[in-house]
Amino acid sequence: MTDVGNVQAGTVEAAPDASPSQVQVVPLRGLPIVAAVVVFVIVSIAGNWLWALTFCHVVGGALWTAIDLFVGLIVGPILSRLSVPARAEFTARFMPKMVLLMPTLVLMTLAAGFQLALREGNLAPGNPNHAWLIVSYCVVGVMAVIALGVLEPANITVLVEMRKQRPDGEVIALLMRRFVYTSGIIGAMQVATLIIMTRVATQ
Amino acid sequence: MRRPYPIAQLTVCSLALVVIGGILMASYVPRQPPLTAPTALTAVSAALALTSVFLLSRLKQFAWPRFFLAFRWALLAYVISAGMIGFAFVRDHTRGAPLALVAVMLVIFALDVPVVIAFTVARYSSPPHSAS
Repeated sequence: MTDVGNVQAGTVEAAPDASPSQVQVVPLRGLPIVAAVVVFVIVSIAGNWLWALTFCHVVGGALWTAIDLFVGLIVGPILSRLSVPARAEFTARFMPKMVLLMPTLVLMTLAAGFQLALREGNLAPGNPNHAWLIVSYCVVGVMAVIALGVLEPANITVLVEMRKQRPDGEVIALLMRRFVYTSGIIGAMQVATLIIMTRVATQ
Repeated sequence: MRRPYPIAQLTVCSLALVVIGGILMASYVPRQPPLTAPTALTAVSAALALTSVFLLSRLKQFAWPRFFLAFRWALLAYVISAGMIGFAFVRDHTRGAPLALVAVMLVIFALDVPVVIAFTVARYSSPPHSAS
């Protein structure tokens, strides 16, 4: 039996300017907006409403792809060159927004996109878009496993760490490195999504 | 210090298998999907998830209050997510054995993600008795 599952990294001088009590893991003010988006997506699917499905898929997908590319290829590399306190300060303000925003955009895009593809007959075996959509499922599947299994746990752990009276700079730096690498991989994979979706839209 | 159990790795593998199974099922919509491969993937995924829960239960000096706090909220979020995916399959007339298999996959998905989030959060937290 193992004695401990915890990692006891040394505390370093990494106290961010934001006091621990100011760091919110989930911004509660954003929850009603998330709820409204989820209800809108459910209504769109239930009604098989073409405009609403297209709106959810295009708007959600555009924001998801653009944010992933921007964070993975621009913000991430900048972040990796900042000092640990600066990273912590940035993270305290940036991550809570991402914790709500990204799952909402992903849910909106995928749920509406699947229904839209079904409605337009793109999932029929003889349709020229069918194979492209299966490839897009695979790309999204890989991104989902990376995002849900690695990126999101790291983001939430950083935020929880920053709520402590003495945040551990080593833990924050370790997990932020994970954030930088995984968001870079996801950003690169979004290029594949752009290629697939523009193919599907023009076949 | 001894190397901790690979709980996060096992849970992420379980998640990956259930995602592959979901892709296989979704790739057949609106037709009836063959269930052999998705069922095998789901069974292995469930076994990995159970193994990680078993290993988790054997941890000593673990930040359990923090684990359960993170687990509860993440579970709420991913039950909603899984519910929406399930709704999409029901809306698309998935019925019978395929629907039952999708439901099992969604249960595993809705448990795997909170486990890996809560485990990661608790792993980097001090044990309760030494927190202050």
